[in-house]
Amino acid sequence: MKAKRDIPASTIAITAMVMATGAYAAPSCGTNPVVLNSYFETGFPLPTELSKEFTKQFPNVTFDIKEDLFQTLMENSPRVLSGDNPPDLIRLPSISDLVKDGLLKNLDDYATAFGWDKYPPAQLAQNRVAEGGSPRGEGSLYAMGLNYSMTGVFYNKALAAKIGMTKPPETVAEFEGLMAKAKAANIPPIIIWNKPVVGLTFPLQNLMGSFGDPGAVNDWIFQRKGADINTPTNLTASQHLEQWIKSGYFQDDINSVDYATAMSRFIGGQGLFLFNGDWESGNFDKQMAGNVGFFLMPPAEAGGKHAAMSAPLTYGIGAHAKNADCAAFFLNWVATNDAARKIDVAVGGSNPGGPVDLPLPAVAPGSVTEQTLNAGTTIAKDNGAMDFIANATGAIYAEAWTPTLQKMVAGREDSATMLKEVQDEYVKELSR
Amino acid sequence: MSLADSQRSRRARLPTSVRGRAVLVAWAFIVPAFIFYATFVLVPIGLSIYYSLLRWDGIGKATFKGLSNYLVVLSESDFLQILGNAFQLVAYFTLIPVAIGLGVASAIRNHLGGRFGAAARTVLFIPQVIPLVAAGIAWSWMLASNGVVNQALGLIGLGGIARGWLGDFDFALPAVGLIGAWVLLGLCTMLLVTGIARIDPSLYEAAKIDGASAWDEFRWITLPGLRQEIGVCVTVTVIAALASFDIVYIATGGGPGIQTTVPGLEIYRLAFAHRQVGLASALAVVLMLLVIVCVLPIQWLTRQPK
Repeated sequence: MKAKRDIPASTIAITAMVMATGAYAAPSCGTNPVVLNSYFETGFPLPTELSKEFTKQFPNVTFDIKEDLFQTLMENSPRVLSGDNPPDLIRLPSISDLVKDGLLKNLDDYATAFGWDKYPPAQLAQNRVAEGGSPRGEGSLYAMGLNYSMTGVFYNKALAAKIGMTKPPETVAEFEGLMAKAKAANIPPIIIWNKPVVGLTFPLQNLMGSFGDPGAVNDWIFQRKGADINTPTNLTASQHLEQWIKSGYFQDDINSVDYATAMSRFIGGQGLFLFNGDWESGNFDKQMAGNVGFFLMPPAEAGGKHAAMSAPLTYGIGAHAKNADCAAFFLNWVATNDAARKIDVAVGGSNPGGPVDLPLPAVAPGSVTEQTLNAGTTIAKDNGAMDFIANATGAIYAEAWTPTLQKMVAGREDSATMLKEVQDEYVKELSR
Repeated sequence: MSLADSQRSRRARLPTSVRGRAVLVAWAFIVPAFIFYATFVLVPIGLSIYYSLLRWDGIGKATFKGLSNYLVVLSESDFLQILGNAFQLVAYFTLIPVAIGLGVASAIRNHLGGRFGAAARTVLFIPQVIPLVAAGIAWSWMLASNGVVNQALGLIGLGGIARGWLGDFDFALPAVGLIGAWVLLGLCTMLLVTGIARIDPSLYEAAKIDGASAWDEFRWITLPGLRQEIGVCVTVTVIAALASFDIVYIATGGGPGIQTTVPGLEIYRLAFAHRQVGLASALAVVLMLLVIVCVLPIQWLTRQPK
C-alpha cells in the first residue's frame, strides 16, 4: 500500500499516457473542483493577480492564499512544508536545504511533460539542485520562476541632464567619471540602503561582473567544490567599491538607511543613480513617469560583455502536496499563456521567461519597464546572468556580507579583509 | 491554656486520615500549576539542553556532537563580542532607569496625593505600556539622519555632530541602550514611587527635626526603605538587557557590523536563518546561565535584612 502511495500520481498518469500513445501528455487541473493551497510573499501582488486570471480561465480551480514576509517565509518554509498540509504552491526564498530535507517535489517529470527542458538552460539552472542539496545549478529541477528579475542602475534623468549625461556610460571608468561630476555638482551620486541588511552587495556584485567572469561568481553561489569569492578580479571590484565610499559617492549615513528610505530618497530626486532591480520598474513608471532611465552595469573595457544579477521569482511544489499536478499546470500556464505573460510584465515588471519562441508582451514605449526588459535580452546574449551573492548560503547575507560591508562603509575594514572574512564564513558554514 | 496553644494541640491530635486528606488537597492545588510549569518551562529547558548537544537543522537527521557547540559559543570572537554587547546594555537598561526613577520618586514624594503626582506618574509610566516594537520603530525614526534628534541638535547649534545614530559604529549601541532606558524608566519609576509612599512619613519628620539634609534623608531613609523595590527594578532590567531582542531587532537588526547584535537576536538567527538548532540552543543555555549568575547575587544583596 505504502509503496503505491509513494509513486507520484503524475508519474502514473504520464507513464500510462506514454504507454498508450507513445508520447508524453501533460498533467492538468482536470474538471473537478480544486483548491490550490498557496503560500505567497507579502507585498508582491503578482502571484495573486495571476491566480485571479487562472481562476477566470479555469473556474474549477480556486486558490487558498496565505501570505508572509520574505524573512518569515525563509524561516517558516521548512516547517510549513513538513507539516500535514504542505502547500501546493509555495514561494521559495532558497531551495538547497529544503531539497536536502526532502521537502520539495522533484519537477523533472513535469519538465519533460510540459517541455520545460527545451527552455534556455540558463533559465532553469538556478532552480536545479544536485542530490543532497548541493551544489545548486545542476541536477534535478525543484522550482520554477514566475518571472526572471534583472538588476542594474536606474538614474534620474533630470539630474543626469544637469551634469551633462546624455547617454548611459559604456565603461566602468566612464561611470565613475559621471559620479565624480555629480559629486562636484553637489548631487549625491548613488542612493543605496545598508540596513538592516546591506544594499552594497548590488554595486559590489555588478562590479564583480564587470571585472571578472560571472560564471565564477555563480560557481561560488552554487557551492561548487573549491569555489572562492576572494579572487584577484573580485578584489579589484571590491577596491573600486571601497574607492567609491572614500570618494563620498554614497551618502555618509547609509548604514542607518533602510530600503524604503532609500527608495523614497531616489523617488524624491535626492540622488542620481540607484542600484536596484526591475521589480521597481512599474513603480518608477508610475511615480517618476518619464524621469527614470535604466542601464546595465557597464563592462570594464568598452565593447566588453555585460553581466547582471538575475534571479527567478522562485515557486515550488511541496513534496507531499495534494494537488501537485494542478500546481505544475499553473506554473506552466504562467510561462506560456498570453494573458499570464502580460500580467507578469505589467504587475511584476520582469521578463516572463518561458519558451524562446514566445514574444515578449508589449509595454509602453520609452518606459523603464521597456528598458529593463530589453536589458534582459542583452544579458542573455552575453550569457552574463548571475544569481545573488547573498544567496550562496542561508546565512551568508546576515552573517558575512552585511557586517563586513557595513564595516567598510565606516572605514573599519578594507576590501581585502572584507573578501577574506566572507570567504572564511562561507567555508565555516559549508563545513557545519 | 491560651487559644494558640489549644489550636496547636488540636492540630497535633488530628486523625491520620484527615492529615492525609490535607496532604491530598495540597497536592491538588500544586499539581495543575506544576503541570503547566513543567510543560512550558522545565521541559523546554530540558529539550534546549538536549538540542545543544546536537547538530540539527530542525527538520532532518540530528547527529550527536557532545559539547562542541558550547566550545564554539565560548571561543569564537564574534560570540564573545555578542555576549559583551549584552553586558554593555546592562549599563543603559539598568543604571539609567533606576537612577532617574530614584530621583523622580524622591522629588515627587511630597506631592504623591495631589493632581500633580497623579499626572507625573501617568506620564512616566506611559513608555511601559507602549509595545517595544512600536517604541523601536518610533525611536529609529527619531534617531534617523533627518529625524527629530538631529533637528533638535541643529537648532541648538550642534548640527555638526548630527549623524545616523543607529548606523554609527560608535553610537549605535548607546543609542539602543537609551531606547531601552526610556522604555524601562516607566516601570522603575512606578515601582519606586509606590515604594516610597510606603515609607513611614514620621521617619522623614524625625530626620528634619534632627536637622538632616535632603541628601541625608535620601541616603539614610529613602534608599534603605526602597531596598526591595530597587532589587526588583535591578533584577527585571538586568534580565531585560541580557535577554533583549525586540528593540535591537527593530532598531538596528544587530548592525552596523555586529555592534548591536545581542544573544537573543543571534539565537533567533542561528535557529531560524542558519537552521543550526544545536548552536542556537547552546547559546541559549549559556545566556540562561549568565542571567542566573547575574541575578542571584542581586537577589541576595537586596534581600530585606532579617
